[in-house]
Amino acid sequence: MTATAKKRVELDRVVIRFVGDSGDGMQLTGSQFTYTSAMLGNDIATLPDFPAEIRAPQGTMEGVSGFQVQIGSVDIHTPGDEADVLVAMNPAALRANLKWLRQGGHLIVDMDDFEGKNLKRAGYDKDPLEDGSLDGYSLTRAPITSLTKEALKGVDLSTKGIVRCKNMFALGIVYWLFNRDPERTLKFIAEKFRKDEALIEANTKALQAGYFYAETVEALPSSYEIAPALIAPGTYRHIAGNQAIAWGLMAAAERLGSDLFFGSYPITPASDILHELTRHRGMGVLAFQAEDEIAAVCSAIGAAFAGQLAVTASSGPGIALKGEGMGLAVMAELPLVIVDVQRAGPSTGLPTKTEQADLNIALHGRNGESPAIVLAARSPAQCFEAAYMAAKLAIEHMTPVILLSDGYLANGTEPWRIPNIDSMPDIKRQSPPADVATPFKPYLRDPATLARYWAVPGTPALEHRIGGLEKADVGGDISYDPMNHQKMVDLRAEKVARVADHIPAQSVRCEQSGKVLVVGWGGTYGSLLTAVTELEAAGESVGLAHFEYLNPLPANTEDVLSRFEHILVCELNSGQFARYLKSLFPEHRYHQLNKVQGLPFRVNEVKDKIMELCHG
Amino acid sequence: MGEQAVKVSEAKLTKDDFASDQTVRWCPGCGDYAILSAMQKALPEMGIAKEDLVFISGIGCAARFPYYLSTYGFHTIHGRGPAIATGVKLANPALSVWEIQGDGDALAIGGNHFIHALRRNVDINILLFNNEIYGLTKGQYSPTSQQGLITTSTPLGSIERPFSAGEVALGSQATFFARTIDTNPKLMSSIFIEAEQHRGTSLVEVLQNCIIYNDKTHSLITAKENRDDFQLHLEHGKPMLFGAGNSKGLRLNGLKLEVVTLGENGVTEDDILVHDALEPDPTLHQMLVRMRPPEFPMALGVVRAVKARTYDEGLAAQLAEGQSRAKIKSVKELLFSGETWEVS
Repeated sequence: MTATAKKRVELDRVVIRFVGDSGDGMQLTGSQFTYTSAMLGNDIATLPDFPAEIRAPQGTMEGVSGFQVQIGSVDIHTPGDEADVLVAMNPAALRANLKWLRQGGHLIVDMDDFEGKNLKRAGYDKDPLEDGSLDGYSLTRAPITSLTKEALKGVDLSTKGIVRCKNMFALGIVYWLFNRDPERTLKFIAEKFRKDEALIEANTKALQAGYFYAETVEALPSSYEIAPALIAPGTYRHIAGNQAIAWGLMAAAERLGSDLFFGSYPITPASDILHELTRHRGMGVLAFQAEDEIAAVCSAIGAAFAGQLAVTASSGPGIALKGEGMGLAVMAELPLVIVDVQRAGPSTGLPTKTEQADLNIALHGRNGESPAIVLAARSPAQCFEAAYMAAKLAIEHMTPVILLSDGYLANGTEPWRIPNIDSMPDIKRQSPPADVATPFKPYLRDPATLARYWAVPGTPALEHRIGGLEKADVGGDISYDPMNHQKMVDLRAEKVARVADHIPAQSVRCEQSGKVLVVGWGGTYGSLLTAVTELEAAGESVGLAHFEYLNPLPANTEDVLSRFEHILVCELNSGQFARYLKSLFPEHRYHQLNKVQGLPFRVNEVKDKIMELCHG
Repeated sequence: MGEQAVKVSEAKLTKDDFASDQTVRWCPGCGDYAILSAMQKALPEMGIAKEDLVFISGIGCAARFPYYLSTYGFHTIHGRGPAIATGVKLANPALSVWEIQGDGDALAIGGNHFIHALRRNVDINILLFNNEIYGLTKGQYSPTSQQGLITTSTPLGSIERPFSAGEVALGSQATFFARTIDTNPKLMSSIFIEAEQHRGTSLVEVLQNCIIYNDKTHSLITAKENRDDFQLHLEHGKPMLFGAGNSKGLRLNGLKLEVVTLGENGVTEDDILVHDALEPDPTLHQMLVRMRPPEFPMALGVVRAVKARTYDEGLAAQLAEGQSRAKIKSVKELLFSGETWEVS
């Protein structure tokens, strides 16, 4: 199929938002559009936005599910602040999402759904399609449901089954609008429904009908062209953050020559890591679903004691439950990776919404002087490298490592240039020296890193006992000696501090010195980089230091901060990293941009804040 | 033990080989000394290489146990021992994994881990030292304390109903449950060996005396004058006889157990129940573990030892099947699997 006749408009980027009932298949529609666009060479970022309820009552605001994607011929780092195109399958979806459509943007609605009880359920007194409230947008009233029914006459499906295909009709419209060949999705349909001819036929016909409808109908005046992006050559694939974490851990285990033990308890938005890992039992992955969060971390500690790369993952409330276990790993000086896929808190909070408010619990959330290495992944694909490095640092420094991800990274996808994993750094097991004295002293340390040696059960002559009570330096017997406790607390702190010698220096993007340094960490990278890049191009004196290593901080952190007049710390919490930096490096002029709305930063709100500092 | 498991010790080890260099620091007269000694005696007989033995514990007096053995040991956190032991065993199925708990550790703070370890049937051995009191924290009532017990936290007497460890275990689908007592070293050693031989989670309840906070709590069954009447030593395939000269026995009366005397009312040995530890149906095992003096004798010995697939066997089978089926053999292949595209 090819688009014909109508005017073509070239764009360098566009943001499309698909919204409907959580049963309407919006995630599938969005991801199909994403995959197709990626194969055409566009750069891409996505944001699924779904309710915590699996199926909230149909047609209500609570049940609205959305998928936003930005595609471009330029570098794309975020799913976009505002949508250029909003596809709304019902009144509730429109009402909940109109705020995300830019003024003058293109709005496509399923007009069949805008009637009596559906309007009422969405909270509309009057039909918004008729009352002039949408005059500021370019509105296409598409009879999506009725045309889907019409197109699928004679297909061997119930009316309900036929109506379910309306998301494919909508996708057909958008494919035409952006001049994308639906071929890839047709193949996908054939594969997905290979056991059901009627479903293949229905979805295929609906997609084609939508495409031809858009081509024909006068309401869509032009189609848009987005050229391929100039991206580095290589083999690409899509990857979501949780999948990348799973694979990064597997890569680390493979390099270490260990099985991977993953102890976990289901929790949104971390569960997909468990799901992904359980698929790979054939590759030495022991994914263990424990009876609770505490057992999850404890089973991992047991596996670490037994000599495996051991990992647990959760989200905020589960991390709170794991605190005691993490403290044991600190005390026992065992390697352990704890993945925290942050969600909005406190307590159960907003399970499906993103936030960065677990930094404090990662840095400090254990009893006693209990240091841990803390890393934060910055993009869905970078979760792979972050997970690999978390495992490497845990193993080589014999201490727990907390890897912070978030709901936005977990579910967001981006195209990923598949790395050459052979060139990733080695992971060296802290095995006791061959000539180590026996009886083995479990708190004997590598003099350079201060990591103790990892003697594992099954090794003859190295039998030893460890535990959560304070240990005598070197020998490891229980010790209540005051000066020994002081020494051990200091040693554990120094061991973690020395990790700064083994991590990369902090880099700065854009201006290397000047007026404003934007500081961020974790999943806000895309928004911050876009804002800083755009302002630098506009001549502003602004740089970005985006931290991946949060404890210890890179050795040159002080130097980086001192090169700028103003430090603007941007984070999706009430200022946790800002307070941390201020306490360590108090002599700088700090400013903050904080947001706790369960949503990522919009590029424009970051730019506005930077401009205030540049010209305020 | 699993088939992959546990290489046999080459040198014949002795009890002394299993003592660590640590001074044992339980209160003088504590029942734990006898348990430790029985374990050190049993270990050489199991014939397991010392480096393949791992003792895990949580918190409490009992939890100091691993420090006093010269094997690998890990003294962890309160109640979490079964979860940690599970991780050890899954990570290295060739190890013989032991987990030491007290009644508070296993049945209060760690209740969830305890029941789920039993339900999963991971091939580990749990020793539950039951003294019906919190010792290390100075004498509060525990989930197995008898109703009315006056303790530091129940000055007017405990109002809670106690757990029976055996009932909890069988309700959790335990495949092995045995009960022994700290005054009987021979029984302890032999039960530890049987626990080790059982595949799956073996739970051994050791009735143990806390000389400081709950002294003589088990005296009804340990006192010389009661011992015969209040201890039933179960043996698989043998009639459930007890009392002086095996003069008494248990039989079923309707759905209830009753104590009968041989020779009275025409009762002969043929009327007495024969113990079947291998019976998968736990009904009778439940009745046996619930028995308490003075109405009934306390059942000691191996109550239940049934065959069932262990979690680790199931996992090993899935790993092997996964391996034989896997089209993707390395992470590199994984990264290039599925949909990819070239940018040049």
